Amino acid sequence: MWEKKPVLFLLLATAAILVGTIITMVLPFAWVNTEGDRIATVTPYTPLQQAGRDVYIREGCNNCHTQTVRPLVADVLRYGEYSKSGEFVYDRPHLWGSRRTGPDLARLGGKYPDAWHYQHMAAPVSMIPKSNMPAYAFLKDNQLDPGYIRKCMDVLGFPYTEAEISALNGKTEMDAMVAYMQKLGTGIPKAAAAAVIGDLKNPFPKDATAIRAGEQLFAQNCAACHGEHGDGGIGPELEPESYQDAELFQMIYSGITDNGMPAFSALGSTKVWQLVNYVNYRKEH
Amino acid sequence: METPSYNYAIVRSFIAWSILWGVVAVLVGVLISFQLVLPDLNLAPYLTYGRLRPLHTNAGIYGWGIGSFFALFFFMVQRLCRTPLWSSGLAKFQLYLFNATIIAAAVTLLLGYTTSKEYHELEWPVDIMVVILWVVFAINIIMTVVKRREEQMYISIWYMLAALVGVAVLYLVNAAEVPVSLFKSYSAYAGTNDANVQWWFGHNAVAMVLTAPPLAVFYYFLPKSTGVPIYSHRISIIAFWSLIFMYLWTGAHHLLWTPVPDWVQTLGMAFSVMLIAPSWGSVFNGYLSMNGQWHQMRENYLVKFLILGITFYGLQTLQGPSQAVRTFSAFIHYTEWVPGHVHMGAMGWVSMILFAAIYYLAPRLYGRELYSIPLANLHFWLVLIGQLIYSISMWIAGLQQAGMWHALNNDGSLTYTFMEVLVEMYPYWWIRAAGGVIYLAGVLVFIYNLVQTARSGKPAADAVAA
Ligand code: HEC
Ligand code: HEC
Ligand code: HEM
Ligand code: HEM
Repeated sequence: MWEKKPVLFLLLATAAILVGTIITMVLPFAWVNTEGDRIATVTPYTPLQQAGRDVYIREGCNNCHTQTVRPLVADVLRYGEYSKSGEFVYDRPHLWGSRRTGPDLARLGGKYPDAWHYQHMAAPVSMIPKSNMPAYAFLKDNQLDPGYIRKCMDVLGFPYTEAEISALNGKTEMDAMVAYMQKLGTGIPKAAAAAVIGDLKNPFPKDATAIRAGEQLFAQNCAACHGEHGDGGIGPELEPESYQDAELFQMIYSGITDNGMPAFSALGSTKVWQLVNYVNYRKEH
Repeated sequence: METPSYNYAIVRSFIAWSILWGVVAVLVGVLISFQLVLPDLNLAPYLTYGRLRPLHTNAGIYGWGIGSFFALFFFMVQRLCRTPLWSSGLAKFQLYLFNATIIAAAVTLLLGYTTSKEYHELEWPVDIMVVILWVVFAINIIMTVVKRREEQMYISIWYMLAALVGVAVLYLVNAAEVPVSLFKSYSAYAGTNDANVQWWFGHNAVAMVLTAPPLAVFYYFLPKSTGVPIYSHRISIIAFWSLIFMYLWTGAHHLLWTPVPDWVQTLGMAFSVMLIAPSWGSVFNGYLSMNGQWHQMRENYLVKFLILGITFYGLQTLQGPSQAVRTFSAFIHYTEWVPGHVHMGAMGWVSMILFAAIYYLAPRLYGRELYSIPLANLHFWLVLIGQLIYSISMWIAGLQQAGMWHALNNDGSLTYTFMEVLVEMYPYWWIRAAGGVIYLAGVLVFIYNLVQTARSGKPAADAVAA
């Protein structure tokens, strides 16, 4: 019957697609972004941060970066506390992404000092030699337009002050991007630094193999900030033999996160001890 | 018996333009696959990977995919209804608007005007063009069906009509946004809601653009090419209704392990697995229609394209549901595996079916026999090999990447840093780029063959030209 009646057919087809639509797409609005989801510490974006977010969208960073940490062991170890629905209530649109050509950025805020971002955004390979992230140096040349950003804030209904708007004068898209990067994932308190288990005794003191392994690890994880041979850059110069092994271990393992030194507990204690041996007992070239 | 005067000119024009946009899509695809290994190829702001990738997907799905479906729907609807197109003027307008929209899309995407939502990147002014385009198209098809001279609507018409309604609903709901300026808007939905709406749209763009229309084409062109009808009408009915009913439940399989409510994820997973049945309904229907006809795989290049196409559809609809299972998703989500899945569908299933349909039409549109069947066979092998290299290299890459991302040491720490995993991907990315070049060569052979057909093929027999 329906095979001979196009109008009836169209109605039936519409009904067929609306069932699943209503249940899995419309209905969740009753649960999501409601009181139950609310997290008191999550705040809207400031004008500068929102401007950065808009540049992020324009440049399509979401084609390579996700912004959701899944409650899976490896995800949490690599990126931090898993994402909660309430963290995204001010995200229009969401930027969760579907590909991790680059790392997840959901918990990026506070991971690096600003200086790291300025250098990395302008020339990723200068810090991570094998990176395939495009260089975005041109963001430094684009001035922000405070009037336009005010309009954006009004449409989004986010609070702002006149001082925040006038502070945008002279700022560039690069400043905005870095401000946005530093905001990411900071809506919930930082998880406490991973506790160090066991007593802090160097398992292979001054061992040549450990130093060589540490050299490799240093090149991959530390050189971008402390320089190729530890002679300083974004992070300070690291002189051999100037730390207690245990104290050094603690600094690398847990980081000095308030001052821009990331925690490296995800490397595991063996690798951190190798780094300790490299930093403390390497022969300076 | 009088033959109605079908409008083939419009079919011819749409095919020419869709092929042009198809070449753009493949060229940009090759370019971005090289950018991933040679980041210096990010030459200027508007040529960076982040802006080119959406251009690639839009040119592929909308320029090449939808453009060809416009052509083929116009052809099929006239033949299946035994009546000329309802309005040739409207169709002509649609052709101009289509090209204007694709050009506007390409330019705005390169300038960075994007909503960031996958497969719905176009900003609101271009969105409006898309909506007008679709309304005009839908009216023309529906009116032609209404005044048809064939009582029964054939299977292909069901899939066509379903796609018309489906795309309209999906696109409009996901487009809800508040403009700030001519080229910037903010989504009407926030955070988790926005994500859930987006992937309800995203997965059903796969259903209503990359599944239903190519199935309409398959159900029409397979019997036409083999000369044997579809095996079972009953299977067709069951497969059709269950397919369009179930697809809409599955969007959340793109959001497994995210903050989207668990029950939505579970429904998405369950319905994805159930989707195997209606998907394979069509695959079996296709295979069983070949009963006693398998020798045509050797003799008839059209059948080769069509059967390989439906085979990739079959594989795609087994792989897809397995990716929708939470445990497997935890592993392969976000990895290189997914582009492998995508391109088996895009380059294997959708494009293979389109190539077959266009070859079938060539003599009817140009009034000439196909210039060279050996070249058509060469085209077949190049695109098949190119696509297999692409998908297989990405599957292996994805498994290795997933394994390394999840690897833990005895003390519970991660074995590999992000960069240690990334550098392992470079060889695969090189191989994928090489596969892309082979595929591109196949497409160029295809175009050469069509151009030569139009210019210098042997005049076709009248029976075919009619
Ligand atoms: C071609 C894919 C690609 C694009 C596009 C891309 N990135 Fe990246 N990004 C990467 C890769 C790969 C890495 C890891 C290597 C590195 O740090 O350079 C990375 C790293 C990063 C990091 C450091 C993350 C961390 O935890 O160490 C930040 C921040 C970042 N990208 C921001 C951006 C921003 C902002 C954009 C858009 C303007 C962007 N990326 C565009 C691939 C990409
Ligand atoms: C994102 C940049 C960055 C990276 C990467 C980084 N550091 Fe640091 N590091 C810093 C900064 C900034 C400081 C200074 C912190 C302070 O002022 O308290 C610092 C401080 C230190 C200190 C203490 C220096 C002192 O004398 O007070 C040590 C030791 C150290 N880092 C070791 C490492 C090691 C080993 C690695 C690699 C595993 C590493 N860092 C990676 C930025 C970084
Ligand atoms: C039963 C049918 C199918 C199911 C259940 C299915 C399932 C899935 C799943 C679960 C993903 C997400 C993978 C991930 O990111 O972890 C995915 C991605 C995708 N699939 Fe399928 N698939 C099916 C058929 C198809 C077909 C026929 C095509 C046609 C080309 C297709 C095209 C895509 C595309 C383009 C994506 C990528 C989306 C993105 O992340 O941007 N799928 N599919
Ligand atoms: C030579 C042919 C092609 C090449 C080399 C190519 C290359 C690429 C590359 C490099 C990506 C990015 C993958 C990533 O995120 O890491 C991509 C994504 C994509 N391409 Fe292609 N492509 C080709 C043909 C096509 C065609 C013909 C279509 C559509 C009809 C298509 C549709 C898509 C889609 C939908 C995505 C997004 C996938 C996702 O989100 O996971 N591609 N392509």
